[in-house]
Amino acid sequence: MKKTILSAAIGAAVLGAASAASAATLADVKAKGFVQCVVNTGLAGFASPDASGNWTGFDVDYCKAVASAIFADATKVKYTPTTGQTRFPALQSGEGDVLFRNTTWTISRDTALGLNFRTVNYYDGQGFMVPKSLNVKSALELSGAAVCVQSGTTTELNLADYFKANNLQYNPVVFEKFEEVNAAYAAGRCDVYTTDQSGLYAVRLGQTNPDDHVVLPEIISKEPLGPAVRQGDDQWFDIVSWTHYAMIQAEEFGITQANVDEIRKSTTNPDVKRFLGVEKDSKIGTDLGLTNDWAYNIIKGVGNYGEVFERNIGKGSPLKIERGLNALWSKGGLQYAPPIR
Amino acid sequence: METRNLSYVRDSMLPPEPAPDNSRSSAAWIRANLLATPKDVVFTLLAIVLLAYALPGIINWLFIQASWVGSDRSVCATVVQGGLQPNGWSGACWAFVEDRFAQFIFGRYPLDQRWRVLLTLGLFIALLAPMLIPKAPKKGLNALLLFVVFPVVAFFLLSGGFGLSHVETPLWGGLMVTLILSFVGIAVSLPLGILLALGRRSKMPVIKTICVVFIEVIRGVPLITVLFMANVMLPLFLPTGWTIDNFLRALVGVALFASAYMAEVIRGGLQAIPKGQTEGSESLGLSYWQTTRLIILPQAIKLVIPGIVNTFIGLFKDTSLVSIIGMFDLLGIVQLNFRDPSWISPVVPLTGLIFAGFMFWVFCFGMSRYSAFMERHLDTGHKR
Amino acid sequence: MTDHAINAPTRGRTLRSLVYDPKVRSLFFQIVTVVITAFFIIEIYHNVTTNLAQSNTASGYAFLGSRAGFDIGQSLIAYSSDSTYGRAIIVGLLNTLLIAACGIVTATIIGFVVGLGRLSKNWLIAKLCTVYVEVFRNIPPLLVIFFWYSGVLSTLPQPRDAIQAPFNIFLSNRGLTFPKPIWGEGSGLMVIGFVAAVLLSIAVSQWAKRRQMATGQQFPSGWTALGLIIGLPLIGFLAAGSPLTFDIPVEGRFNLSGGAVIAPEFVALYLALSFYTAAFIAEIIRAGIGGVAKGQSEASAALGLQPSQATRLVVVPQAMRIIIPPLTSQYLNLTKNSSLGIAIGFPDLVSTGGTTLNQTGQAVEVVAIWLVVYLTISITTSLFMNWFNAKMALVER
Repeated sequence: MKKTILSAAIGAAVLGAASAASAATLADVKAKGFVQCVVNTGLAGFASPDASGNWTGFDVDYCKAVASAIFADATKVKYTPTTGQTRFPALQSGEGDVLFRNTTWTISRDTALGLNFRTVNYYDGQGFMVPKSLNVKSALELSGAAVCVQSGTTTELNLADYFKANNLQYNPVVFEKFEEVNAAYAAGRCDVYTTDQSGLYAVRLGQTNPDDHVVLPEIISKEPLGPAVRQGDDQWFDIVSWTHYAMIQAEEFGITQANVDEIRKSTTNPDVKRFLGVEKDSKIGTDLGLTNDWAYNIIKGVGNYGEVFERNIGKGSPLKIERGLNALWSKGGLQYAPPIR
Repeated sequence: METRNLSYVRDSMLPPEPAPDNSRSSAAWIRANLLATPKDVVFTLLAIVLLAYALPGIINWLFIQASWVGSDRSVCATVVQGGLQPNGWSGACWAFVEDRFAQFIFGRYPLDQRWRVLLTLGLFIALLAPMLIPKAPKKGLNALLLFVVFPVVAFFLLSGGFGLSHVETPLWGGLMVTLILSFVGIAVSLPLGILLALGRRSKMPVIKTICVVFIEVIRGVPLITVLFMANVMLPLFLPTGWTIDNFLRALVGVALFASAYMAEVIRGGLQAIPKGQTEGSESLGLSYWQTTRLIILPQAIKLVIPGIVNTFIGLFKDTSLVSIIGMFDLLGIVQLNFRDPSWISPVVPLTGLIFAGFMFWVFCFGMSRYSAFMERHLDTGHKR
Repeated sequence: MTDHAINAPTRGRTLRSLVYDPKVRSLFFQIVTVVITAFFIIEIYHNVTTNLAQSNTASGYAFLGSRAGFDIGQSLIAYSSDSTYGRAIIVGLLNTLLIAACGIVTATIIGFVVGLGRLSKNWLIAKLCTVYVEVFRNIPPLLVIFFWYSGVLSTLPQPRDAIQAPFNIFLSNRGLTFPKPIWGEGSGLMVIGFVAAVLLSIAVSQWAKRRQMATGQQFPSGWTALGLIIGLPLIGFLAAGSPLTFDIPVEGRFNLSGGAVIAPEFVALYLALSFYTAAFIAEIIRAGIGGVAKGQSEASAALGLQPSQATRLVVVPQAMRIIIPPLTSQYLNLTKNSSLGIAIGFPDLVSTGGTTLNQTGQAVEVVAIWLVVYLTISITTSLFMNWFNAKMALVER
């Protein structure tokens, strides 16, 4: 085995990919000059590369937001595409700094896997999609169906629990990669596709004729999706969490990527002044280990939460997902930021 | 007794008579090779029926019915499926291969930087060609350039540095990745395999044990678990915070796997060399490494060239497994593309796979033919 | 100064003789190797424990006893989402062994036919077999798997339009559905009949051998055995009053319900492994038969043996000695290649282990289980090989 390490170590040195990170993730990120985000291999709307390798999506914008907060430059990011099975090792081993990969926050992941979750940037729930021709109205009619599902996900576990609880029979058709599940459903290998509803809309969009498929009304689970970091680095955990809160707060204030400069110059509201880092003698950013205008940089770099949402998965995107639970708390949703003061 | 001048004894040979007509006409050939016994008649008929049944269909599907030009799925889908072809149509979708050809070769390598890949490929061919031609001169210098200088140059050309922009490995893909993995695998596994084989035959128990354990463990498990190990475990083995590029992990996995198999092939060659060779060179005062380098290895390797090339072919085929751990080699990128909504159609997967299969086949078949040629070329008549 | 000049050569000589002493050298190299290896092992151990401790990941094998929570599409033993992770891994292992066993049988049959075909004097047959071998040997097995799965099986019709074969057998893109036999009471008689038939056949063939040795007379023991093995269970079946009913598949709302199903993942993997490995087996068969000296068949012809007898009694037994070792390693390769099933979602050992790894996050333990299982399979095979080689060596002249 010694050769494994030797060649690996030499190779790492040659590629210059080695970096010394430990508890002080922020210092390490600043030293190497970019944030390394663990993302999906390709989920339309959340994180997917185009033909020339440019990543776009909701999760990708969150990654850029963190980079903006630190470097005031949304381009200082790199991505590690991972499958359902490789995402946690990629974070645990220190390969990535933060995981933005439509990952459900559960107690076992928060504890046994050694990860930390705090914020939820997308409230999701698991649903079912079936071809219209099957004429199914409710998930309770699905007894005997073949169900396509991705392995190693909470989806797979919820599916088993739901069918068991309702005493329904089913035949699981399980694949390792999202694209494989997709292809199997398109080829008619199974009758039902199950994943988070956001994902279902993306998959439906990818079908030859999206109108031939319906998403059933049942939501069988709570899927709070959010970023995860390694345990043991509270400062880094705070930065990732407050990046999300700043984006929510900006939407509440009505600050957008377009008007942030103008508001910054003209505002008299003390809350907004503090938020954008123009208040004198504030330590609002320096206590995080960043500069005081960190929130301004985030909005300047990617926009507020509402903008990021609409651009990638909402009205401005082909997915056209409603805000629903993800509306601001003041508009009947669940998105709420603690006070930034 | 004057026998010398007997006029009826020939002093020169007659040219050989041609064989009788009935054994060299094509009818005779058919009789001998196709219809020799009643059983053969039956078999021949069966084979002809099989060919007559399958061949026209295959040719029709591959070429005549095939859809050759187009820029999206409509040219490869029937009206029912939302395309242009008449219902019931089925044929190869070469338009898909044509449309995505650049991706199959380069992956997602940035468009304006692709000249770097082509330049690397050009260099590689320029260095490899004289290496393969037995008569070309300066083999030593050539090998040095190909195996030492070229990898360094290629690394900077492909990855960036010295003014070239950095291209991250997740963007690499297609045939390019398949070839890089294979080349590095071959360049690492041959020397490492030789060392392991020598180690396994060593008289030093510690070294022997380590080599045996390494070889047997690697050979006992499937490559996919080795790749999983390289992908999931390697980061855990390293000091906290050290990371290795994903691509490099796959390289390490493939190279180690091939080395273990290479070691066993080389060991077969080493065992076939008589002990007298070692004893003879020791009596001439050569050291262990001199004996190995000058006497044993040249003979041993010559004996096992077919085995070595078979291992290379296996390695080349095994690189396709990296698509399972989320990298896009030739097979991975073909798969990725036939799942693209803009090309989804029942005939596209099969077409893509036939294309990928053909590419793999060309390389592997080429290697096996070359090995047969080298075997004949090096056969200096020592066969017992 | 003078002291030095006198002493130096002696010291130099001892040092030099030490340096050039093979024993000392070998000891030195081994100690260095041990130290380096130990250093790396300690370093790796240290790194793994620190990394795991730092990321607060659980460790140990306790997870094998906890509830798995996921379902598996195809299982040989009773399994539900309430079963444990340990059982999930066993389900995977059994699936690996099942596909290996089925694949080995088919690959051997195809390999034998193609290998003999390549040796055939019939030009057309020989060429066809050559094409088969050269095609399958030179493409990756993963591609063959995808070929069957994405290229062929997924183009089959939906279950509603399933192709219907006689005896209520249906073929669709959900797999091959066929009537499931349900054995009623008294089926035990058939089993007893079968066991009795096997024992009787063995006894008959031994008696026939002894008689042939003693008198030279032959006895058709093969046909007798065939008759016994078919006849006795049949008698048992009839005696018990035909206790057999079928669960016939009928069209349900989504799939065909009832009957037994062979999933397309299994079929694709099975066909791919069989066809791929058969190409290598064909080459082994060809080399094995080519390795038997021509004089052997000529001599048996001179002794008056029929060509078929010569093949069966003289050529094949000798060819087997050459064929069996590489054949075993092909069987091992097929078993290892079955792990590629993960790419098409076949729940083998690597696949169920991978899901477990993902749910529990315990990478080290799961990879260790993989290594142990595959190494056990391959070591068992090599033990068999050693036994076989030893047995063959006794027969050799």
